[in-house]
Amino acid sequence: MPYIPHDAEETAAMLAAVGVNSLDALFDEIPSSLQVHDMVLPEGLSEMALGRELEGRARANAPLLCFAGGGAYAHHIPAIVWEIAARGEFYSAYTPYQPEASQGTLQVLYEYQSFITRLTGLEVSNASLYDGASGLAEACLMALRIQGSEKSILVPENLLPGWRSVLDTVLGMQNILLQSVPYDPISGTLQIPGDASDAAALIVPQINAFGLLESVDMLTDWAHAQGLLTIAVVNPLALAMLKAPGDWGGKGADMAVGEGQPMGIPLTGGGPYFGFLACRKAHVRQLPGRLVAKTVDAKGRTGYCLTLQAREQHIRRGKATSNICTNQGLMVTAATIHMATLGSHGLQETASLCHTRARQLRELLAALPGVSFPYAGAFFHEWVVRLPLPATTVRDALLGHGLLAGIPLREWEMGEPGDLLVCTTELLEEADLLTYRDALKSLLEAQ
Amino acid sequence: MNPAVTETVNDSIFAHDHHMPVPKMPADIPEDLLRKTPLNLPNASELDVLRHYTRLSQKNFSIDTQFYPLGSCTMKYNPRIAHAMASLPGFARLHPDTPAPAMQGLLQVLWELQEWLAAATGMAAVSLTPAAGAQGELAGVAMIRAYHLARGDTGRNKMLIPTAAHGTNPASAQMAGFEVIEIPNLPDGDLDMAALDVHLGPDVAGIMLTNPSTLGVFERRIAEIAHHVHAAGGLLYYDGANLNAILGRVQPGQMGFDVMHLNLHKTFATPHGGGGPGAGAVAVQERLKPFLPLPTVLKEPHGALRWMGAEDLPQSIGHLSAHGGNIGVLLRAHAYLRRLGRSGVGRVSAYAALNANYLLKELQRLGYQAAFPERRASHEFILSVSDLHKATGIRALDVAKRLLDFGIHAPTIYFPQLVPECLLIEPTETESKATLDRFVAVMAQIRQEALEQPELLREAPHHLPVGRLDEALAARRLDVSAAPE
Amino acid sequence: MSKIPQSLRYSDTHEWVEDLGDGRYRVGITDHAQALLGDLVYAEVPEVGKALQSGTVCGVLESVKAAADLYAPITGKVLERNEALNDSPQLLNEDPYGTGWIMVVAAESAAFAELMDATAYDTIAEA
Repeated sequence: MPYIPHDAEETAAMLAAVGVNSLDALFDEIPSSLQVHDMVLPEGLSEMALGRELEGRARANAPLLCFAGGGAYAHHIPAIVWEIAARGEFYSAYTPYQPEASQGTLQVLYEYQSFITRLTGLEVSNASLYDGASGLAEACLMALRIQGSEKSILVPENLLPGWRSVLDTVLGMQNILLQSVPYDPISGTLQIPGDASDAAALIVPQINAFGLLESVDMLTDWAHAQGLLTIAVVNPLALAMLKAPGDWGGKGADMAVGEGQPMGIPLTGGGPYFGFLACRKAHVRQLPGRLVAKTVDAKGRTGYCLTLQAREQHIRRGKATSNICTNQGLMVTAATIHMATLGSHGLQETASLCHTRARQLRELLAALPGVSFPYAGAFFHEWVVRLPLPATTVRDALLGHGLLAGIPLREWEMGEPGDLLVCTTELLEEADLLTYRDALKSLLEAQ
Repeated sequence: MNPAVTETVNDSIFAHDHHMPVPKMPADIPEDLLRKTPLNLPNASELDVLRHYTRLSQKNFSIDTQFYPLGSCTMKYNPRIAHAMASLPGFARLHPDTPAPAMQGLLQVLWELQEWLAAATGMAAVSLTPAAGAQGELAGVAMIRAYHLARGDTGRNKMLIPTAAHGTNPASAQMAGFEVIEIPNLPDGDLDMAALDVHLGPDVAGIMLTNPSTLGVFERRIAEIAHHVHAAGGLLYYDGANLNAILGRVQPGQMGFDVMHLNLHKTFATPHGGGGPGAGAVAVQERLKPFLPLPTVLKEPHGALRWMGAEDLPQSIGHLSAHGGNIGVLLRAHAYLRRLGRSGVGRVSAYAALNANYLLKELQRLGYQAAFPERRASHEFILSVSDLHKATGIRALDVAKRLLDFGIHAPTIYFPQLVPECLLIEPTETESKATLDRFVAVMAQIRQEALEQPELLREAPHHLPVGRLDEALAARRLDVSAAPE
Repeated sequence: MSKIPQSLRYSDTHEWVEDLGDGRYRVGITDHAQALLGDLVYAEVPEVGKALQSGTVCGVLESVKAAADLYAPITGKVLERNEALNDSPQLLNEDPYGTGWIMVVAAESAAFAELMDATAYDTIAEA
C-alpha cells in the first residue's frame, strides 16, 4: 500500500501494545453513525499507471509560444535553480520555528530579504506573502494601520484587474473604501487624483496594466504632499532597469509590493507564485508575514531566526497584523537561487533583451495594414496593439499556429474590442517574432 | 547531517561577488524613469551559487532526512512522483491566461480533484483557489457572512471559537469583519456545551471548530453541537487541519459542518518547502455553493471544461488571488489522491491513529504524563512535562531542543496554550514502527537526563551548526537585510 | 518571588503607580509582569498629551514570545514618557521600578487611593 510501511506482524504488535484488537477499535470514541464506508473515489493507481495518465493530461495542453503577460511571465529558469530548490532538505523542510534545525532555510530567507531591499531601494523586506495581489491587499491594510483605519485607499483604474478583484474581496470584508483613480484615455497613464482628503495611501503601478510607465516621481510627490503613503506595485525584473521605489520622488515610496513569479517560478497555470513586500524601517512593526533576522548564539556564532513573531497569529491571535501563517518558502528559495545565479548583470541583460524584443515586435506589427497602437508612451516589455479584428478572434485563431498571442483587453472589460496586450520575454528569438508577424498577417489578409 | 558542514564558515552569498559591466540602458525609456541607485546584487559564478545553496540545504532538518513528529502539521512523506508530475512541461509552461480549450488537460486534473475532495469530505462543492489554510479559513468565514447577509440577516457579527483553537482562526474571523467570542473546553477535552449555549443567539454567525480538536481528541458531542448551533441560526465551520485523523472514515459533511477548508500541504502530502506554498481548498454544503470563491472548474454537459467566472457565480465572495490558485500544489495533491484511491485514504487515518496511540502508550509507560490519559489519541496527542518542570525546572522547550541532538525534529510545543509545558506529538502514518521505537528510546534517555543531568537539556542543542540563538537581540537589533559592503 | 515595593500602589493588570506629588503620578509594570513577558524588545507607549481612561488599553509591550496590552492603571493625561525605552526596552526587565518607568500622568489623588496596596497586589501576583 502506498506510503504506509507497516506489515501484518508490526501492525499486530502495535495493536497489542495499545491494547486493542483491530484498527477499527482505535476509533471507538467516534459514534458509529458518523463512520462512513461508501465514499465515491476511484481506486488508486500504481506509480507507473499514474505517470502514464498524467503525462497524457500534460500533453493535452498544447505547447504554445508565449506572448502573454499581464502579471505572469514566461522566463528562462536556469537548470541549477530547481535542481537545488527541489533538494529534499529544502523541499520537505518545515517552517523554521526551531531555528537551530533550520539554518539553511533561514539564511536563504535572509538573503532573499536582502535581495528585495536592494531591488526596491527600501530598507526592510518580509519573507514573502502568497502572491502579488494578496500582497497588495496586505500593504493596504498596513497603510491603514499606520494612517488610521477609517481612511480609504486610492486605487488606479489601470491596475491589473485581477489584482483589483482581490482588493475588492479582501478589503471589502472589512468595509474598507476603495476610491478609483482614473487614467487619461489618450496616454493610458494616471491622472493626478482630484480629492485625497480621506485617503491613507495611493497605489502606483510601475508598470501599469497596459505595460506603460507611469510618472512615478510626480505621483509620489503629490501623494506625500497630501499626507498619503505611496504603495509602489512593481515587477522585480523591471527593477533591474527602472528606478527603484526607494528613489521615487523626493522622499521615495513608502512600501513596495509585487509579484515575484518572474524570478525563477514556472508559470504552472497560475501558481504557486509569491508576493514580495518591502517598507521603510520605521514601519517594520506593521509589516505582515514572517521576518528573519541575523543574531548570534551563546558561543558568538552567527545564526538566523524568525523575529517579531509577537505580531503574528500564533501569538497575537485575534489582534494579529494578519491571519497569515505561511510564506511561500519553496518559491522564495527558488527565487533567491535564481537571483543569485543571474546576479545584477544577468538580470539587467534579461530585462534589456525582454525590452528589445518588445520594440522589435512592435516595429514588425506596425507595418501591417489596419494595425495601430493606442498608447504612444514609454513601456517595458509589454504593450497594447489595436487590431482591425476582435482581439479574442485573433487570439483564438493564432492558437492554431502554436502561439498564445496575448491577452484581449475586453476579457478584462477594458479598452476596445481590437485591443490585445502583447508581451515579449528573452525566451523569444527573432525568428519567433517573424512567426507571430506572419501568422497575424495571413489572418488579416484572409479577412 | 553532514559533519563537514558544521565546520564550514557561515558565509554569505554576498561574499561571492565578481565585477561585471553594467549593460547599456534602452534609449526609448525616459532618463527619469530609469534606475538611479545601482543594482547591488552579487554576481557569483554558477559553481559558487551551487555550492553555497547546497551547503545551506545541508544545515536543514527535513522530512526527507529526519523524523518530524510535529503535532497539527502532519509531516508525512512528500511523494516524489507528485513533484515529477507537477513539473511536467505540459503543466509547468502553461500561462494562466491560456484559453480553456488549450488547457483541457490541466482543467481535467483540477476538476477531478474538486470531485474527489468533495467525496472525501461529504460536501457538495469545492473551490481549490485559496492559497493557504489561513486563506481558506478567511474564505470560509467570509462565505458564512455572505450567506447571512444574502438572507437579510445583518445582525450576525459574532463568531464563536474555542479558546484552544489555532491562532489563525480568530485572526481570520477578525479579518473577515467578525467579533470573536471564545468558548472554553472541559477538563476531558470536549467543548463546554453550557458555555456554548450561553453565547448562542441571533447575533452569532457561527462557530469555528476542528474535530478531532486541537487537544488531540475527538469532539464526542459534535452532533449535538451542530444541532444547537443550527437551531440558533448559525453555521458550522470545520478547520481541516486535523483531517488526517479521520480521512476516509469520517466526513465533516456528515458531522454537521456547513463549510470547511482542507490543508493540502498537511493531509495531502504536498511539500512544506520551508514555510510554503500551501493550499487551502474549501468545501461547502449546497446552501453555501453560490458564495464559493472564484474561480472553480466547471464541466459542461458535453464534457468540455472551463473556469467559472462572476457571470456563473454572481454571489461569489470573489477572488483571493490574481489567478486560479496554487495550481502546482493542487497537481501534487491530485497525484497523491490518485495513488491512494478509496482504500488508501481509509488506511491513512487508520495508521495515523495506530502510530499515535502506539506512541502514546509507550511514552506513558516511560512515565510521561498525557494531558488526556483516559482518551484515545486521534492522529496526535498531548504530553505535559510539568512533572519534570517541578522536579528539575526542565521545560518543554528544553526537551524539544535536546531531541534535535538525536536527529529528531521537536514536536509542537506550547500549543495548545491551555496545557502547561506541553508537547503535541503527531507521528503520521508514513513512519515505520522502527522509527517510532527509536523515538521512544530517545525520549527514555531524555527523561532520564531531565531528572539526573538537566543541564544537558537546558544547553541543548549541542551538535547542530548553532546553539540556542539570542532572539531578544535579533528583535532589538533587527538586522534583517545584509548591509552593502 | 517578585519584588513589590511597599511605597507604590498597583492595578490588577500588573502596573505600578507612584505618587510624585502635585497631582503627578509615575507608571510602570511590575517585576511580576516583566518576568511573565520575558525579554522585552519593544514598548509602544502613549504620546505626551494623550488622555487615558483607567482599565483601557493604551499601548503594547512586545517581548520575543508575547505582545501584551499595556493598560492605563489610572485615569488622567500623559505628561511625560520614558524615551529611553525606544532604544533600550530591556530596562523594563532590568529595572522595572526605576529606569524602566513608562510614563508620568496627571491624575486625581482619589483615583490613586482606589488602587490596591502592596499587600493586596502580592496576593494576586502570587496566585
